[in-house]
Amino acid sequence: MKPIKFSLNGEEVELDLNPSLRLLDVLRDHFHLTGSKEGCGEGECGACAVLLDGHIINSCCFPLGNINGHSLVTIEGYSKTKRYKALEEAFSEEGGMQCGFCTPGMIIAAESLLNKNPHPTEDAIRIGISGNLCRCTGYNMIVKAVKRASEKGAGLW
Amino acid sequence: MKNISQSVPLVDYQEKASGKTVFVNDIQMDEMHYAKTVRSEKAHALIKNIIIPALPDGYFTVDAADIPGKNFVKIIGEDWPIFAKRTVNHIGEPIMLVVGKDKAVLEEIKRAIKIEYEELTPVFDFQSSAVHKHYSKGDFESLLEFPHRLIEHTYETGYQEQAYIEPQGLIAGLENDRKIKLVGSFQCPFYVKNAVQSALGWEPKQVRVIQAAVGGAFGGKEEFPSLMACQLAVAVNKIRKPIKMIYEREEDMLVTTKRHPSRIKLSGIVGANNRLLGIKAQIGLDGGAYVGLSSVVLARSMLAVSGAYAIPNLDVTGDVYVTNTVPTGAFRGFGAPQMIFAIEMFMNHLAEELKIPAYEFRMAHLAKQGDLTSTGGVFRDPIILNELIEKVAKVSGYHEKHQDYQANNRFKGIGMSCFFHGCGFTGSGESTHIKAQVKLRKDKSDQVFILVAAVDMGQGARTTLKKIVYDTLQIPASQVTFERPDTDDVPDSGPTVASRTVMIVGGLLARAAKKLRDQWVHNKETTVIEKYQQPDFIKWDEDSMQGDAYPAYSWGVNVVETEVDPVTYAVKVMGIWSAYDLGKAIDERIILGQADGGIAQGVAYGYLEVMRHESGMIKQRNLTDYIIPTSADVAPTQTFLVENPFAYGPYGAKGAGELTLVGGAPAVALAIEQAIKRQIHKIPATPEYIMELLNHETN
Repeated sequence: MKPIKFSLNGEEVELDLNPSLRLLDVLRDHFHLTGSKEGCGEGECGACAVLLDGHIINSCCFPLGNINGHSLVTIEGYSKTKRYKALEEAFSEEGGMQCGFCTPGMIIAAESLLNKNPHPTEDAIRIGISGNLCRCTGYNMIVKAVKRASEKGAGLW
Repeated sequence: MKNISQSVPLVDYQEKASGKTVFVNDIQMDEMHYAKTVRSEKAHALIKNIIIPALPDGYFTVDAADIPGKNFVKIIGEDWPIFAKRTVNHIGEPIMLVVGKDKAVLEEIKRAIKIEYEELTPVFDFQSSAVHKHYSKGDFESLLEFPHRLIEHTYETGYQEQAYIEPQGLIAGLENDRKIKLVGSFQCPFYVKNAVQSALGWEPKQVRVIQAAVGGAFGGKEEFPSLMACQLAVAVNKIRKPIKMIYEREEDMLVTTKRHPSRIKLSGIVGANNRLLGIKAQIGLDGGAYVGLSSVVLARSMLAVSGAYAIPNLDVTGDVYVTNTVPTGAFRGFGAPQMIFAIEMFMNHLAEELKIPAYEFRMAHLAKQGDLTSTGGVFRDPIILNELIEKVAKVSGYHEKHQDYQANNRFKGIGMSCFFHGCGFTGSGESTHIKAQVKLRKDKSDQVFILVAAVDMGQGARTTLKKIVYDTLQIPASQVTFERPDTDDVPDSGPTVASRTVMIVGGLLARAAKKLRDQWVHNKETTVIEKYQQPDFIKWDEDSMQGDAYPAYSWGVNVVETEVDPVTYAVKVMGIWSAYDLGKAIDERIILGQADGGIAQGVAYGYLEVMRHESGMIKQRNLTDYIIPTSADVAPTQTFLVENPFAYGPYGAKGAGELTLVGGAPAVALAIEQAIKRQIHKIPATPEYIMELLNHETN
């Protein structure tokens, strides 16, 4: 079996692991990147979200083998960017986080949305983050946070 | 700080946003093993035989025979076994753990274990009462002797699942030969500690419990983690290696505690001038297979019987029925949401049958300062419900919309709920059971350490409690340290439940901080301990349920507007407006966040969240089957906070967390009721139920 090669948070990596492993497990157990969380294990909650070539995927439903040749960014890599900083500040200022378990995935969802649509309407934000469940906030403050980031961080996306 | 309510960033927002926060599943230990649970497949049966295959080296089973102490989870009474021994009483009941290093091998072993049962007849309906309570106010029976109208209705509510996004989990290992350390996701470090001491038969100093970050709880991590902790402690004691046990979502949904389904029968006696003179209430809660905390949940249901209204005569009975189903337990609101749903619907249904406007009927019965509570205590503090109602009615356009939607059949409706929530433990729980203690320690460098057992599970306790301390001490925030609780360091300030954290623990911390300020000497080590003392005016008799059930009451008004699809009967929530009196917000943004999250859960309880069992088997086993709101389902929410400081709360603060949930269900149900012009008697008001009402009931 050929090793699996991909870019992880900007670094080229090569793995000799079973390609049917869940990407989430490889990130957490092999790379100790624990910012991606397991909330449901079936692609429903989005706590495990990561960026594959800039688009959101649920890493709990993604086989490792499919990552070959692609670029993967987790919250650990994304949190070093200016775009992240804009989102982090906006989430804080608008009260867009409570327990914090869904937050990394929610921020990944926001990035994926803003990357495609830098000036989303409120409705577009509601649809854009609807694949990520949050049980604490009731979402309104998250929606406002994404809106605020898109405004204050204008030009970043 | 000029005004304590002025918002500050969460103390941990950067670590949370960037994924650096350490939740229990992020913790690794050397030589770490995993545990999986073997569970009953029967709702009620005798275990005749268990056949365990030959286990590979390094793999173990752990069951009731391995428990050195008592085979009960220490909660209130002794009824809930750590592992089933001879009888199983619900599907999913734990029988043993399998422990080892490879999770795939554990699954194979689990599958290979064969259990032979002799099935017994299961009970699923309300026939076997395990807890019965009664109280009265005035004399309900005597009302029957005078001219009156008697109107009766029965209301039903379903399960609700907490659906915290982080599933339950703990990790445990030995610190030394005679000391165990448990780290996990739970609300009550000392509940876990006491339960583990009882299971192992060990001394307090031999059990250390540390809170990991908690990814949401909502009551679901109040008593249930004690069961997991006992199992894990017994396993660690047996194999002498660290073990991690994290539930997967399906296991979590099938076996952890949920909100009690209820059936509430209300009989109202209406006298002259459409005055509601008395209510007779019969409240039944489905406790599941074991009572656990259900007796306390029942008490809160019973105490909420007259809702936001003052009713002179009450006759209230409550029962917890045991059934062969998953045990039910704590969930934000703790018995109040069921009762508030019932009484709010009842007030509207009474008015409808009396052919008078519901709004006026309700306004005429609102509780006022000086009125007697349902248990003959006194509402001592000002009640500003009128102000709250006026505020919400105005911004939501309640009266205009209500009139408009009533006059035509456009499948639109608007509903209003008025409600209260008793703050803190029921009755004299704080003074007789909890006896909270807090500690502040100042070191030689003048750094102040907050030592309490309060858990931040997302409600912002780390931020608000710290704010109370540095604001009272008038020192910079950076000079105060507040780590997650470790029972080796902190006194027992009580569980993180019952909307008591700010009012009780925060109140004690404010007092401790005042003392520390008074005796502040630079560079001198100082420790201040503060203990809870019940205000003298609070009198409560637990047996007769008479007196002041709570030291303070928070109040709220919710308005929900809905549209029902005339073809599919799907309900869409169009807008939510709320006003709350929770005394004083310690941090406005945090409170508004609680309000948004609470009402989202409360409204969803009323129309969206469906959980049922079939012959004892929960049918909704993941977040695909059990629908919680997404960002696309939640309507824009407007919340107003009206200050009404409570003399005994820190800065005037009362309870907040649960209040924001309890009024959601009746508000949405009343809106749906208006949209379809049919009375609603049960929640969730699903499209199927709406169709049934429209097809089979005339208005």
